[in-house]
Amino acid sequence: MSMLLLEDVHTHYGKIEALHGVSVEVNQGEIVSLIGANGAGKTTLLMTVCGTPQATSGRVILEGRDITREATANIMRSGIAIVPEGRRIFSSLTVEENLHMGGFFNTKEEIRKSQEHVYELFPRLKERRAQRAGTMSGGEQQMLAIGRALMSKPRMIILDEPSLGLAPLVIKQIFEIIGQLREEGITVFLVEQNAHQALNLADRGYVLETGRIRLHDTGANLLENPDVRNAYLGG
Amino acid sequence: MAAQNLKHALFCAIITLIIAYPILGLNLEAEGTQVVLEGADTVTVVSIALAAIVVFLFQLFRDTIMASLGRIPRLNPLANREPMEQGRRQRFETIALVLLVMAALAWPFFVSRGSVDLATLVLIYVMLALGLNVVVGLAGLLDLGYVAFYAVGAYTFALLSQYFGISFWLALPLGACLAALFGLVLGFPVLRLRGDYLAIVTLGFGEIIRILLNNMTWLTGGPNGIGGIPDPTLFGMEFGRRIKEEGNSSFHEVFGIAYSSEHKIIFLYLIALVLAVFTAVVIRRFTKMPVGRSWEALREDEIAARSLGLSRTSVKLSAFTIGAFFAGFAGTVFASKQGFISPESFVFLESAIILAIVVLGGMGSQIGVILAAIAVVILPELAREFSEFRMLIFGAAMVLMMVWRPQGLLPMRRIHIELKKQE
Repeated sequence: MSMLLLEDVHTHYGKIEALHGVSVEVNQGEIVSLIGANGAGKTTLLMTVCGTPQATSGRVILEGRDITREATANIMRSGIAIVPEGRRIFSSLTVEENLHMGGFFNTKEEIRKSQEHVYELFPRLKERRAQRAGTMSGGEQQMLAIGRALMSKPRMIILDEPSLGLAPLVIKQIFEIIGQLREEGITVFLVEQNAHQALNLADRGYVLETGRIRLHDTGANLLENPDVRNAYLGG
Repeated sequence: MAAQNLKHALFCAIITLIIAYPILGLNLEAEGTQVVLEGADTVTVVSIALAAIVVFLFQLFRDTIMASLGRIPRLNPLANREPMEQGRRQRFETIALVLLVMAALAWPFFVSRGSVDLATLVLIYVMLALGLNVVVGLAGLLDLGYVAFYAVGAYTFALLSQYFGISFWLALPLGACLAALFGLVLGFPVLRLRGDYLAIVTLGFGEIIRILLNNMTWLTGGPNGIGGIPDPTLFGMEFGRRIKEEGNSSFHEVFGIAYSSEHKIIFLYLIALVLAVFTAVVIRRFTKMPVGRSWEALREDEIAARSLGLSRTSVKLSAFTIGAFFAGFAGTVFASKQGFISPESFVFLESAIILAIVVLGGMGSQIGVILAAIAVVILPELAREFSEFRMLIFGAAMVLMMVWRPQGLLPMRRIHIELKKQE
C-alpha cells in the first residue's frame, strides 16, 4: 500500500517551472531515498508535499487522500512530519521545550509518552534536556530536529539532508537511527546529497535531475548503476 | 596611534564648529523691512569654541578616557550574579509585583493632584506597551501603526457617548473589541509580509486611521475633535459637583463628604491601575498557554513552526488581535481621562514612543516594559524645565540605554518548563 504518491507533479516558482512532472511512490514501511545534485529540485519536491508551494498540476496523495490543495498546517497535522533542511530547531528554547513544540497538537499524556520514546532513541538529548538548543553541537541539533519531528507520532517522516554539515561519525549514527525508525514501522522518505549512505540504507531510490526523475530502482541496484556511480558516487 | 587620534580629533572639532556655528552663532534679525544676518554675542561664540575644544580633547584622549571608564564598577551591581533558581525567581517576581500594586493603590492618597494625573498617563502607556509587547516582543511582528488601535478605542467611546449616550463601563469592552476587530482586519492583508515590509504597511495603516478621523468631519468633528466625553461612574455615582445625568447620584453626597475635584482624578487612576494589572495578568497567562508558545515559535523560526503544523495565519492574527484589544482598552481610558480627543493625539510619534518603551524595556519582558513605560513618560516631565532640550535629553537617554543595555532594561527571561531533578 502506498503511503505517499506523487503523480505527474509540476511545481512553479512564479513563472519558472522547477518540477517538470515528477512521479514518486513511497510504500508503507519503506525507506525511500531521493538523490540529486544541487538545484535538482529535491527540496522543492519535499516542499510540494508539504503544500508550500503547492503543485500547479498533478496530484499529491497521502494515505489515499488527495492533499494537493490542502493548507500546509493541515497536511503537517495528518500523520506526516518533516525534518527541514538545516535543522531549524528553536535555538533559544531548551531541548525539552523544542520537543514539546513538536507535540503541539497532542495531549499532555501523549507528549509525555513520545518524549520518553525520543529520549530512548537519543539518550544524548536526555542529558541535555534543560540546555538551550542553540548551544548544542550540530549533530545534537540534528538529533533534536529528528526527535521534534517524532513527537507528533507521525506514520511517515521526511528528512531533508540530515547529514548536512556533520562529521562522518555523527552521520553514521544518524543513519543508524533512521534504520531504527523503519523497524518501528515509520515510513521514511530521505532526501540526500550523501548518495552512498542514503542508497545503502534505502529499499528503493529515485534520482532527480533538473526537475525530472532520471532513474528509479532498488537502492542496491542504483549503487551498482554506472551512471549513478559516475555522477554521485565519485566513480 | 597618537597621530591617528590627533587627525581624528581635529576632524571632530571642525565638524563641531561646522554644525554649531551656523545654528547658534548666526542670527537673522528683522531691521525695518529687511532681514539682516548678525553674529551672535561673544558669550555664544566663546562657548561654541569651548565646545569644539572639549570635543577635540575628548577625541584626542579617547582611549585613556574609555579605559578608565571601564574600570568604574558596573552600574548594575546585580549584572554578574548567578541567575536565581527558577522557582525562587517566580516567587520573588510575584511578591515584587504584589508589593508594587499595593504601593500603587495607596500612593494617590498622599501625593499631589498633578502627580496622580501623570501616573494615570503612565498606566495608560503601560497598557499600550504591554499590548504592543505581544505583537513585537513575543510574536516578532514589527508594528509601527499601533496607535491606530488606541485611536479606535478612544473614538469608539467618544462617538458612542456623543451619539448614543453610552457610559464608560459599556464603552470599555466595546472599544476594546472594536479595536481587536480592526486588528483582525488589518492582520489579514499583512500576513504575508515580514520585517521591513510589515513595518511599512502598519505605518500606513496608522496614518490612514488618523487621516480618516481628520477628514470624516460629519462624524468625528475632524481636527476639532470630540469633547464632553463623560467621566466614569462608580455604580451610578458621579464625581462632578452637580449630577449631569438623570438617575445618577453624586459620590460626595452619598458618602457625605465634602466635594473635592481630586476624587475624580484618583478614581480614574484606580480604574487605570486595575485595567493595567488586568492587562498584565491576562498577557502573562497567554505566554504560558500554547498560543503564547506558538507566537514565540513563529518568531524564532517560521519554517520550523509551520513544519510542526502551526498555521501562520491564525498565530499571527491572534497576536495582532490580542495586542489591538489592549490598545482599545487604553484608548477608552485615555478618552475618559482627557474628556476631549482629536486626531492630534494619535500621530505617528505615539506609535514610536510605545515601540521605544517596548524596546527599552526588553522585548518580551513584562516588568522591563512596565519600568520603561514609567521612565519614558516621566522623564520628559522631569525635564520640563529644559523644555527646549527635552527631546535632546530624551534622545541622549535612549542612546545611553542602548549602549549600556542593548537588550533592554530587563531582557526577557523565558519561563522554562520546570524540570525534575534527574534521578
